[in-house]
Amino acid sequence: MSEMTINLKIWRQKNADDPGRFEEYRLPEVNEHMSFLEMLDVLNEKLIKEDKDPVEFDYDCREGICGSCNLVINGRAHGPKHKTAVCQLHMRNYSDGDTIVIEPPRAAAFPVIRDLVVDRTAFDRIIEAGGYISVGTGAAPEANLIPVPRDTSEEAFDYATCIGCGACVAACPNSSAALFTGAKIAHLNLLPQGSPEREKRTIAMVEQMENEGFGDCSNYAECEAVCPVGISISAIAQMRKDYMKAVF
Amino acid sequence: MPSIIEAFQSQVGRKILTGITGFLLVFFIIFHLVGNLAIFGEPDAMNSYSHFLHEFGPILWFARIGLLAVFVIHAWIGISIWLKKRKARPVNYNVYSSKGGPSKQGLSSRSMAFTGVVLLIFVIFHVNTFAFGDMGTAELADGTQVHDIKTLVLDTFQNPLYAFGYTFVMILLGAHLGHGIWSAFTSLTLKSKKASATIYTIGIIAAVILAVGFLFIPLYIYFGGGCEAALIQCN
Repeated sequence: MSEMTINLKIWRQKNADDPGRFEEYRLPEVNEHMSFLEMLDVLNEKLIKEDKDPVEFDYDCREGICGSCNLVINGRAHGPKHKTAVCQLHMRNYSDGDTIVIEPPRAAAFPVIRDLVVDRTAFDRIIEAGGYISVGTGAAPEANLIPVPRDTSEEAFDYATCIGCGACVAACPNSSAALFTGAKIAHLNLLPQGSPEREKRTIAMVEQMENEGFGDCSNYAECEAVCPVGISISAIAQMRKDYMKAVF
Repeated sequence: MPSIIEAFQSQVGRKILTGITGFLLVFFIIFHLVGNLAIFGEPDAMNSYSHFLHEFGPILWFARIGLLAVFVIHAWIGISIWLKKRKARPVNYNVYSSKGGPSKQGLSSRSMAFTGVVLLIFVIFHVNTFAFGDMGTAELADGTQVHDIKTLVLDTFQNPLYAFGYTFVMILLGAHLGHGIWSAFTSLTLKSKKASATIYTIGIIAAVILAVGFLFIPLYIYFGGGCEAALIQCN
């Protein structure tokens, strides 16, 4: 088991009004089997022992499924690996003496709350605008009552895997939320259960996305590259298609 | 339900409009390049072609206004997206890099606003030089008196500033189209991964062909010495 010394340059910001600044830390004895977040835990233990404020960062499941963690590491959302959330990134991807720059996702729609934690409720409001299906309550219907072609269900499921981490916004040079909104619209619109409300949903969610202050999509496809679940930009194409169908 | 005008002002609508206008502009420049190649034809070919277009009269003006509208819409949306991007990310990253893989970030895609603005300025100079430029008259084989665009082109590109300036801008046009052609398809809801990869490659090839096609003419005229050049026939 090899250990290494890692130099960290981390964004520190007390609150939304604080202009923020980088602080540098030297962390010895980093185990290569540690996850990236465990490495930050070790840093925080050290800071607490030194009577300093620990670095605030978001996390929950640490299994790559909740979408809470979303750090921009050396300029890349979720770090260097494809289809990997920060919590699934391990220190074996770094070498002794490396300097790692950690920043929060940067977007006007994701204001910094503290250090590396940002407010992502803009995504919740996009979902509230139409990212659901309206069904009567009662007993759950028989699962196979409505036939869904396999290709359609697979495609819808691919879009449904979006964990709403916001890496797409963080990585997009325009801070666009098109991949998130597209994935949420596409996964519901493609299925028979979501189809009756597709027009209303698409228009409302696109409108909300714009109202939240996200930028326009310029087809950079960087969002697909950083998405921890690898959602394709075809979700954006589906959103555009459904939007035009709804308008005309 | 938004009206059609409101829909085209939304993020999704703007992108679709960029794609449609982009396609129309690509069709125009293909048409333009084919027309330019008349300089290598018979001595009268270029002036006859220009005369043929002028014969359309009001229809030509209608087409010009339509083209101007397409160009202005395309440029306006492009510039507004660029301006909005600064608002959407007021604090920039200290370190930023692409993750590669499916990402289409590169010199071509990241410079769309720059190349677009240069092309916008260029078009104003270009139209002023060749459409409204000071040109004499020439006589076609059948005795018709026409604008002598060919001599104006040959004279203009003897000037190194024009010859190399045009070449530089045409390289930027190639860069713009390198991302632009694929992006237009993507904006107009291209979904298939396989087709997307093929169109990306075709888009780059088309961009290179168009850029080389356009920049070949000024360079050939400059280095070939106008009427002295082997491929150019003058009366």
